[in-house]
Formats: sequence, structure tokens, C-alpha cells
Amino acid sequence: MMALAGIDWNTILPAWMIAHAAALLVITPLLSGPIALVLSRGRLAWAWALGISAITFVLALILYGQVLDHGSVEYVFGNWAPPLGITYNIDALNILILLIVAGMGFLSLLYGLPSIMREIAPKDQAAFFATYMICLAGLMGVAITGDAFNVFVFLEISSISTYILVAMGAGNDRRALTASFQYLILGTIGATFFVIGVGLLYMATGTLNMADITAQLQVHGDSRVVRAAFAFIIIGLGLKTAMFPLHTWLPGAYTYSPTMVGVFLASTATKVAFYAMVRFILGVFSPAAPFDGALLELVLAPMAVAAMIICSVQALYQTDLRKLLAYSSVAQLGYMLLGLSMGTAAGVSAGLLHLFNHALMKGALFMGVGIFVLSYGVRHVKDLRGLGKAMPLAAAAFTVAGLSLIGVPLTAGFVSKFYLITAALDRGWWWAVVAILISSVLAIFYVGRMLEAMYLREAVKPAPRSKKAAGNKPPVIALVPLLILGVANIWFFFDASMPKALTDAAASALFGGGTP
Amino acid sequence: MSTDFLTPLDAFTIIDLVFMTMLVVVGIAIVRLKDLFAVVMLSGVYSLVAAAWFVSLDAVDVAFTEAAVGAGISTVLMLGAMLLTAREAAPTKPIRHWVALLVVCATGAALLYATVDMPSFGDPLSAPNAYVGLEYLKRTGADTGVPNVVSAVLASYRGYDTFGETTVILTAGLGVILILGMGSPLRKKKKPAPAKTKTNTNKDEIIGAHHVVLRVVSKMMIPIIIIYAAYVQFHGDFGPGGGFQAGLIIASAIILYALIFGVEAAKEAVPPSLVRLGAALGVLIYGGVGVINLLLGGKFLEYNVLNPTHPAHGQELGIMFVEIGVLVTVASVMLIIFYGFTSRQPDISDKDW
Repeated sequence: MMALAGIDWNTILPAWMIAHAAALLVITPLLSGPIALVLSRGRLAWAWALGISAITFVLALILYGQVLDHGSVEYVFGNWAPPLGITYNIDALNILILLIVAGMGFLSLLYGLPSIMREIAPKDQAAFFATYMICLAGLMGVAITGDAFNVFVFLEISSISTYILVAMGAGNDRRALTASFQYLILGTIGATFFVIGVGLLYMATGTLNMADITAQLQVHGDSRVVRAAFAFIIIGLGLKTAMFPLHTWLPGAYTYSPTMVGVFLASTATKVAFYAMVRFILGVFSPAAPFDGALLELVLAPMAVAAMIICSVQALYQTDLRKLLAYSSVAQLGYMLLGLSMGTAAGVSAGLLHLFNHALMKGALFMGVGIFVLSYGVRHVKDLRGLGKAMPLAAAAFTVAGLSLIGVPLTAGFVSKFYLITAALDRGWWWAVVAILISSVLAIFYVGRMLEAMYLREAVKPAPRSKKAAGNKPPVIALVPLLILGVANIWFFFDASMPKALTDAAASALFGGGTP
Repeated sequence: MSTDFLTPLDAFTIIDLVFMTMLVVVGIAIVRLKDLFAVVMLSGVYSLVAAAWFVSLDAVDVAFTEAAVGAGISTVLMLGAMLLTAREAAPTKPIRHWVALLVVCATGAALLYATVDMPSFGDPLSAPNAYVGLEYLKRTGADTGVPNVVSAVLASYRGYDTFGETTVILTAGLGVILILGMGSPLRKKKKPAPAKTKTNTNKDEIIGAHHVVLRVVSKMMIPIIIIYAAYVQFHGDFGPGGGFQAGLIIASAIILYALIFGVEAAKEAVPPSLVRLGAALGVLIYGGVGVINLLLGGKFLEYNVLNPTHPAHGQELGIMFVEIGVLVTVASVMLIIFYGFTSRQPDISDKDW
């Protein structure tokens, strides 16, 4: 990671690519979507999408370099200076999200070839990859923009494409359609709440640029319109983040979507919405709105704790592997919300670090399950019996990610939980520490169930093989990204400096009175 | 914000109040009715009343879009969807969702709570009227040379949002292609051939016998509708209109053709493969303009660089091209949705109408 950021892109790439990196980061995948649709051959569209997503990741690295050099980067669309026009503003906070989305977007595609070829009908594959690229662009568009209404537009792009991607699991399991429909209804309510909130903010401030909204709020002061706007925006984004108890759409969407979509969503979608929430609460409102301290402590913190414990218990009772991981995701979002709700720089930094690590571990776990499905048709926890011997490499990476989910030392998950507990203690929230420990113990049980089946149980009969399964050998192209993430889960224990530097810079900018 | 500015109870206020009352009444009727056909028609009425109300609020561009989308194309699409299901909603047991009621009431209360501090209607000193909005009004003429400020904001100042919205429409089309399909040739082959020819001849007879007036009138109307769409498209710089509305009007013309002459005839005239290409092409035209700006040394969607000697001319040119992109994608996606719905059934049989 650090080595990649150290490359001097100026010598390799044309100057216009460096100068417009911020805009190109979103436009490139966005325009590649319609082109993929025209390509109309599945493998060709996949290769095209993979190439574009690699370029997208390079663009994210270029931006990362620029953020390291200059602290923040601004791109003005149409050269209309804000607040007249729309800007992209990149700083330590959102470059972290952009790196995750671009990186996972590439790895998921690399991983996805064998499973998509099996799960999606050949005539639909080109349109599927087109939708995927548009979804990737939409998620990055939400994270990168400095304009409140532009957030809504890209939230819509990413949401609508996500509903479609989830529904494409119908080839495997018809329940994907109801899961997608439920997500569509709740997601649309969330988007409507968000846009009502942005409308109210516009009414109060007369501007849509985030930095300018903050400035105008300080001029106009607190009002009922601003308070209502705040409530609508937080609930809208809460639905998209799957903040407990608004998470009911998530387990179905993660469980029944196509394998590759599950991997991608689990490691990116809710993270981006969580980022937007952090940005609005601490970046846009906080400097001017005195009421959100109380909200953080009285509303977000209890919900975070409830998610961490209730959803971990729910994960314990799941037999379906992907559903287990999905409930665990809601619980893990609780950790991030807890960090945010502390309202301190250390807490927010720890929450964001956990977000980064969670993308690595959940990405790997969903990839692992996907490989087991592909090779042995595994769906349930008990089907994992004996897989530790049958697929040692995939099982090892899966195990590392599982341990990271628990927060075992020598894995990345330990680092973020350690910082989270430290931040809670600094704040004097001993109950939060207790909640983290209880939730971690629950994680030991639900991860332990999977690992126990994998290593300690002998396969009763030659491992269960479904008709759909390809064979015992995991496809190399799917195994490589899984191993990369497995190694990353260990790497970021020993050297967490890269994400930690970003989250610390982001948190101190948010609390230093600095606006995006 | 001035406190002494108050809206007097003049004729316009009364008209607004009448429109709002009508919206509430129609809304309640839609919820209460079981007859789906009436629901679809009433939702068209709802949009038409809303459009009229927007005109009275001086938001003509929004009114035009609302009329074209709500009263026009979405009514047709809903009718198409309705033909796939029953004419009446199945009777459901009345269940009292207390939690849902509570949530809805809380949302309403939050909005009411906010109204107290809202600026008075039409207050020239309120934040939205005095700040960036006023700036747009002052600058548009010199910056872009486009008389319609709405078009300038939509396609240039905030052109990137519109690019995103065009992509949203393409994405909706992708959803229909992936989930419903567009009547692939495979599906048609499955049908027993004799049955198909039989229904076709049957239908032709019926249309020939009873719909001469419809056929003649629609043949005369369709070219006029398309010319009107072109007017709406290119007049968008001067008055209400633009690519979005024009795209809807063109799609309506083709859907009208499909309704009178049959979907198969429409598919021959405008094949699904072409429509699929068009949906992608529109977004590529819009984005392409942006990329050209970029290669000419400007920012993305900085139309000034299209004509360095007369930046305002560059703006006009850029706005024209991106509006064409919007037109192509909107018209194509509306047809994708229509074809998607109609491919789910043999054809809209005459008896059902």
C-alpha cells in the first residue's frame, strides 16, 4: 500500500490524468457502464470492467498521493466556483473510503468471474457488469463529493444499481427478488428522507455546497428548519447504513444476492453511507449545531450497543452461512457507530479504522463462503465439515478473516477494537467497553462454530457436492483475491500506520473546527 | 429573512389552496379505491393537478415535467403494468399497523414543527431567494447566453447533477432489461406457432373493423407529436422544456403507435436492440461532451472551452449537446420499460381496452 502510494505517477501517466484524477475517478467507471452494455458478450464485458476498475484503483492511489502531499484536493465541475457549481472535495476522511471502494471493486470483479459465469444467464452478463460498474461509480460519487444534492444523485445511482444487482441472485434463489424489493422500498424511503433534509437545509441556507452550508448555518444560526433537516438526513442515511433498528433489509440482501455482489456490498455499501453520516453530523452540522452532541450520546450510542449485542446473538442462531455473516455485519456497524457516538477524535478515528478493517475481513469471509459454494455447494454452517483439509488455502484465509472479526491479536481486527476500547475508556464509557467485550465473546461463538465445523469435524461422507458445484479445486482467479485479503488482515496488524494516519488526520480535521 | 413580509390572501393564494385541497382529496381517493383502473387514472389526475399547481407557483419547467411524466408516460406504463395483473386489488384484511401509524405521525409532526421557522412563501429576502438563487438570475445571461435560467442551472451550473440523473435513468432501464427482459426472441419461439398467427389475424381483423378512426387520427398525430418534441427540445434554452420532456414526448408517440398498431409493429419500427443501444448512447453523449471539454484543457463539463473566443457560445453549444444526450437516454429507457412490460404477455389484446 505504502509502496504503491510512493510511485511517482507523474512520470508514468499523462498530465491530464493527474490533473483531473478526482473527476476521472468517478466518470471512468460511470462511462464504462454503458460501454459494457454495448459489448454484449459476458467475458468481454468482464475483462473491460476489470481493466476499468484497475484504472479506477490507480486513480484512487493518485488522489491518495495528492491528499498526502496537499492535505486536501478540490475539483470544480464546469469551472463554476462553489457555491454556484458542484465540487469534489477529497481529504483524509474520504480518500480512505475511496481506496476501500476502488480496491474492493477491483478485487470483487477479479474474484467474480467463475461465480458470475455460473449464476447469471449469458445474455444478461453484459448488462450485469454494466450495472456493477455504475454501482461502483455511484458509491465513489457519494464519498467524493462536496455537494449535498450531488450526494443524493449518486446515492440514487448506487442504490438503484444495488437493488438490481441483488435481484440478479434470483437465478440461484427466488428469495433474492423479495429481498431486493424490500431493500428497494426501505432504500427509497431512506433516499426520500435524505432529500427532504437537503431541501430543508437549502431553505435555511440557500446553498447546497457542504462547506458553504456550514458557513451559512453559522450566519443564520439554529432554527427549527435546521433541526428538522438534521433529523431527516440522519434517518435517511441511517436506513442506508443499516443502523439498528433500520437494518432489516440487510440480511436478505446480503444472503440472496449473487456471490460477487455479496462480497462487494458487504465491504463497501454500508461503509459509504456511514461515511456520509459522519460527514453530515461532524462535517456539515457540528460546527453550527449545538444539539448533535446530545443526539450522539442519547440516540446513536444506545442503538450502536443494541446492534452490537442483539445482532451478534441473531448471528449465533443462523444456519445459513451468508446470513450469519450478514447479521455479524450489522453488529460490526454498531462498533463504527459507537466510535462515532463517542463524539471524540479518538472515538471517530477508531470507528473509521474499524470500518477499514471490517471491509478487509468481511470481504474475505464472503469470498471464502463464495468459494466453498462454488466448489462444494456449501450453504450451511454444518456443510463446512472437513473443508479445512479439502481446501487448505481458502480455509486458512477464511480462518484469518474470522479471527480478525473476533479481534484476536495478530489480526487487523484486534487493532481497531483496541483503539475503540481505549477511546471508550478515555471518554469514561465503561459500559461501552463491557458491550464491546460481550459482543466479541459472541463473535467467538459464531465464528467458532464455523471454524469448528471446518477443522474439527470429519466430513461424514465425501464432502457434500451439489450439481452446481464445479469440482474440488477452487478456481485460482477466485482464490487470489481471497488470499490477498487474508494477508491484508495480518499485514494491517503489524503495520496499521497507513489507515491509522488517515483516520487520525480525518478525525482531527473534523474536531479541529475544520470544514471539508 | 424579513418578518414583515407576509403573503396577502389574493387570488393566487386561493387558487393554490384549491389545488392543494384537490391533491389531498385525490390522494385519499387513490388510497381508498380498489379498482386499479380508477387508481391509475386518478394518479394521472393527481399529477395533472400538481402540474397546474406548479404553474401557479411559477415553476413552469417543473410543471411541464410533472405533466409529461406523471400525467403522461407513467399513466401509460401503469396501465401496461396493470394489464399483467387483475383489474381489482385483492381484498385485504384491515390490519392496524400501529407502529407504522406512529412513524408516519412522527414524520408529519417533524415537518409541521419545521414550518414555524420557515420563510414566508415568496419572501424575496429568504435564503434560497437571496443567495445562490439570486446569483444565478444575475449571471446566467452573461455567463451562458441562455435566456431560460432553469436550463442554464440544470445543464451547466449544476450540469454534473443532471449527468448523474441521466445515469439514474439508464440504471432504471438496465434494471428492466435484467429483471423483466425486453421480449427476447427466445421467449417468442416457445409459443406454439399456430396459436400466434391465429391471435394476430384475429387482432388485425378487430383493429381493421373498429379502429379506423383511431388509426387514421394517430397516423396524423404521431408526426406532429414528434415535431412538437423537437420544438420542446430545442426551445428549452428559451422557455420551459429540454431533453427530459422531449424524450418523454417522443417515447409517448412511439407508445401511442404501439397501442394502436400493436407492439410487434412498434418493435419493427423501433427495435429493442436499437433502444438498448440508445439508452447507453445518451449517457455516452453527455459524458462525451464532458470528456471533450477535459481534452480541450477545461474542467469536466466546462463548455466555455468549446468556443474560446465566445465562451457564451460554447455554453450554448455544450448545453445543446448534453440535452440531446438526455433526450436519447430518456426516450430509450421509457421504451425499454414499455417493451419490458408488454413482453410479459402476448399483446395488449383489444378486448381489455
